[in-house]
Amino acid sequence: MISIFASETGATLPFPILTALILVPLVGSLLTLASSQRRPEITKLIALLSSVLTGALGLWMLASFDTGEASYQFASKHQWISSWGIGWHVGVDGISLFLVVLTGILFPLVIVGCDPHHDEKRYLAWILLLEAGVMGSFLSLDLFLFFLFFEIVLVPMYFLIGGWGYDQRIYAATKFFLYTMVGSAFMLVGIVTTALLAKKDLGHISFDLVEIAQGANFAASTGRWLFFAFAIAFAVKVPLFPLHTWLPDAHTQAPTGGSVILAGVLLKLGTYGLLRFGVYLFPEAALWSREIFLTLAVIGIIWGAVAATMQKDLKRLVAYSSVAHLGFIVLGTFAFTSEAVGGGVMQMINHGVSTGALFLLVGMIYERRHTRLISELKGLQKVAPIFAAAFMVVMLSSIGVPGLNGFVGEFLILIGTFNTARWWVVVAATGVILAALYLLWAYQRVFHGEPDEANSSFQELRLREGLVLLPFIGLIIFCGVYPKPMLDRIEPSVKLILERVEEKTGYLAPAPVLLEEEHGQEEEG
Amino acid sequence: MLDLIWLIPALPLLGFVLIFLFGRILGEPKAGILATLMVGGSFAVSVGVFFELLSKNTEERRHIFTAFSWVPIGSLKVDLAFLADPLSITMALFVTGIGSLIHLYAIGYMHGDPKFSKFFLYLNLFVFSMLMLVLGENLLVTFLGWEGVGTCSYFLISFWHTRESAATAGKKAFVTNRVGDWGVMMAMFLAFGATGTLSYGGINHAAESGALSAVTATAIALMLFIGACGKSAQLPLYIWLPDAMEGPTPVSALIHAATMVTAGVFLMTRVNPVLAVAYGWAPTIIAIVGVSTALFAATIAVTQTDIKKVLAYSTVSQLGFMFLAVGSGAYVAAIFHMVTHAFFKALLFLGSGSVIHGMHHEQDMRKMGALRILMPVTAMTFIIGWLAIAGVPPFAGFWSKDEILLFAFAKSPILYVVGMITALLTAYYMTRQVIMVFFGEARWNDHSEEHGAHGDFKPHESPKIMLAPLVVLAGLSVVGGVMQLPFSSKTHFLEKWLEPVIEFGEADIHKTWAYENKYLLLGVAVIVALTGIALSVLVYSKKKIAAIEPDIMAQGWFYDRAISNFMGGPGRKAFEGVAWADSTIVDGAVNGVGKVVQQSGGFLRKSQNGSVRSYAAAVGLGVVALLLWFFVRGVML
Repeated sequence: MISIFASETGATLPFPILTALILVPLVGSLLTLASSQRRPEITKLIALLSSVLTGALGLWMLASFDTGEASYQFASKHQWISSWGIGWHVGVDGISLFLVVLTGILFPLVIVGCDPHHDEKRYLAWILLLEAGVMGSFLSLDLFLFFLFFEIVLVPMYFLIGGWGYDQRIYAATKFFLYTMVGSAFMLVGIVTTALLAKKDLGHISFDLVEIAQGANFAASTGRWLFFAFAIAFAVKVPLFPLHTWLPDAHTQAPTGGSVILAGVLLKLGTYGLLRFGVYLFPEAALWSREIFLTLAVIGIIWGAVAATMQKDLKRLVAYSSVAHLGFIVLGTFAFTSEAVGGGVMQMINHGVSTGALFLLVGMIYERRHTRLISELKGLQKVAPIFAAAFMVVMLSSIGVPGLNGFVGEFLILIGTFNTARWWVVVAATGVILAALYLLWAYQRVFHGEPDEANSSFQELRLREGLVLLPFIGLIIFCGVYPKPMLDRIEPSVKLILERVEEKTGYLAPAPVLLEEEHGQEEEG
Repeated sequence: MLDLIWLIPALPLLGFVLIFLFGRILGEPKAGILATLMVGGSFAVSVGVFFELLSKNTEERRHIFTAFSWVPIGSLKVDLAFLADPLSITMALFVTGIGSLIHLYAIGYMHGDPKFSKFFLYLNLFVFSMLMLVLGENLLVTFLGWEGVGTCSYFLISFWHTRESAATAGKKAFVTNRVGDWGVMMAMFLAFGATGTLSYGGINHAAESGALSAVTATAIALMLFIGACGKSAQLPLYIWLPDAMEGPTPVSALIHAATMVTAGVFLMTRVNPVLAVAYGWAPTIIAIVGVSTALFAATIAVTQTDIKKVLAYSTVSQLGFMFLAVGSGAYVAAIFHMVTHAFFKALLFLGSGSVIHGMHHEQDMRKMGALRILMPVTAMTFIIGWLAIAGVPPFAGFWSKDEILLFAFAKSPILYVVGMITALLTAYYMTRQVIMVFFGEARWNDHSEEHGAHGDFKPHESPKIMLAPLVVLAGLSVVGGVMQLPFSSKTHFLEKWLEPVIEFGEADIHKTWAYENKYLLLGVAVIVALTGIALSVLVYSKKKIAAIEPDIMAQGWFYDRAISNFMGGPGRKAFEGVAWADSTIVDGAVNGVGKVVQQSGGFLRKSQNGSVRSYAAAVGLGVVALLLWFFVRGVML
């Protein structure tokens, strides 16, 4: 119990590395914008360097992270608007750690791997601003600061879809923007009310997550209203069924880089927020509403998978598969066991890696064939076997084949949820069958068969594309074979949240019956 | 030596990595030789581990080697660990032994294929997965192998992927297996919930000590059986196996006859204590499903004209026998039949591959005949395989099938009778196949035009590299029965060897009528087998009786077609319905709300002409300004 509120412990570094993680891409964005129009290679170099630097900082942070520590590390806190109790409070724990690292890895790969085709300068500036916003969202420990970054993220994404997307880009971008804004409006109200109500317990007004969690006590009904204000914003972002329809449009119309980032890290703002601000701040309300979320998650898993099966557009298919995969994460989050919640946190990364890579691959197909329609593609494996092999590995990860990363997360979510919500799992696990169905069917139509004339000149994987995909495939295999380093860092922070749920509500998920240690010793011999 | 057990799966994995990296440089035949050597190496290590175990006392024949902690979180602690015990080593021995023979054969069979090295890449990955499956110390490692063999099976069935039917068959196999995998996952969740562990030691101990309730044990057993029905092609999930014959013939022999499809039988044997403490009707269901599948598939096999399809349905039927054994508590007999079946069915498949090779990729038996003269070695070995599967003493299949039927009789005479009818049909359809392929008149001359051979078409015997494995397997099919002869307890070698693994679950039939009259039953079995053969000779060789081959049986009782029609009809409609509802109702509601707001409030009136754009820009600028202001303040403080 002690460690819950002793927040600023754990590893530290001689300089505020987390602030740097936000500032470097922000400064990079401004520098990119300020660079000369006539020297595009310099612009690109600035963008690349700042994203690589951010990624390196993220890896450095990962290396210095204190594994056994549950609470926030590398934290720094400064007063900002002190009359309102708003501060620059950033910190990282096992839940945000890998999301930050993934953000750091993903952006340079997107900058190298995806070509905007026009107006590269502004494109890169938006991308870097997006990175700063995403980093800030994952690192903020102040409600107001979090809201700022959460909103910042919208802006570059809107312009990326609207400026560099495909035919229906304006419709998709507007839908994305308005849908998310409506959700955010609820959250803004929730945040302000939370701070105002917490004043009674704290004695002063504060937007600090740690302070509010520590000191405030909300009445059950109040907590539920506040929880739902937050949850709606996050449910839109996840997206949770039935609030998901902006996603297929946004994904399909976004440029490849935008799709990769959207699937890779942006959607995780929703699942991350549900855990960090929903479950953590309002455990009673989260527990009270768990059956609603479990049910919507399971519907999302099946609905998304079934809808994915019938898509004619390859990119739209991958987008619907995201709806299904994110359903698994929400399922795990509301299971309240460390296996399921931890599996959910891991699955945020896994989905980011495998679906990010799928969008890259679909983007490469579009670059070559200028179509994403499954019916226009055929027999690509014959003309581009290496490309097909890369697609296959990523696809198997998405299907959840053991030995690859996707399996570990999904399996942990399901096995951890089974003890607390058995019948939901029975249904959710059929999503695993459907995943095989929609992906293999799509693979067969696109890659198998004899290529027709239009597809027979399909170009094999290029070196640059291969190098961009390599880190993805490396992570897919590594996290599937040896997930322990990741789980070791995630677990303490997850347990902390669950301990808080137990402390606040008295709820403890039924643990598996542990038999006597006898057989364990017998096996040693 | 026991700690070297990890080498058994590691060598084929190494082969996979090497061929992945250097396959194109190695080319033909070096990639094939490398792959064969790796599996051969695994076999050598397995033999070493086998003798090491044999040298120990019976109760000490159990060793766990933990490589590393795989998935540790919360109360779930799963290690990547291997278990060396009589069952796992028996499996490892025949998987690597038959595996290396089939690898060798494939060097000849795949000669000239442009994807020669890729074939061995998949084949080594398959052997690795299969060994993970059998050597795993817990359900999760087994599941890794379980899904791994499924994935490799998918790769290999659709190996010639430019052919539409091959691609479809691969997908069908994977998805159908996934239905079964759902059951395995449920079983794992149940076992973890009830025992807090996924290790076989822990789960079986829970069952043996009475800690596992009958309800949970029944649920675990039946869920695992769903998985077994998928992987081992039992009703109602068998439909993928006949289609899997689209793969190259060595694949059919290795994966779809000898090894992968027996995984379900292995898994049920592995958890036999759970099955033993389940409600009595649970094993009965397994026995009924097994014997029904055996009979069902045998009736289809009687009418097939594709040389490989006969063998495919025969495999489904023989696997049914193994589940009959599992359901009757005859685990030794199940493993016994699994091993002898691996010998003679691998032999028959490789033999059929040799025929197909010699016939220039002709698989229709109606276009064969009299091949024994042109392909003497293939014919001779195939005939040995035929006698073994038909249940003629003293060939291997006779002993193992008889042992199963003995236990089946002890459980219920009805199971025995259905099993005997199936045995009769087995002898009948296999004789039919041998006659159509190797005897009678040569029918291939009439069809030589089709092969583009213009009159000079002549089937030829296969190269030595393909014949050598046939000869070895034929030898094993002759003598395989000595593992477990019914004469006295001294000749029950396999039973004594497997005893520590199966003693809790194995049924005791010593006091039953069946056991006391086992020689009578042995005699009945011989008569039934000979009757089947004789009938078939009368029909197909002497032509004294007209063949009964109704279309409904040739079409597999329309079961497969009914499923595809359902999937392609109402199933597809339902899926389309969801996709339609998503875009029309769910998304329609969203757009509807947007329209309503737009018309009534005017809030969105300008959203179509770019005001959202400026709004977004304003939000962005505002936020950036706030942040800058903050930093200035922050630095000053």
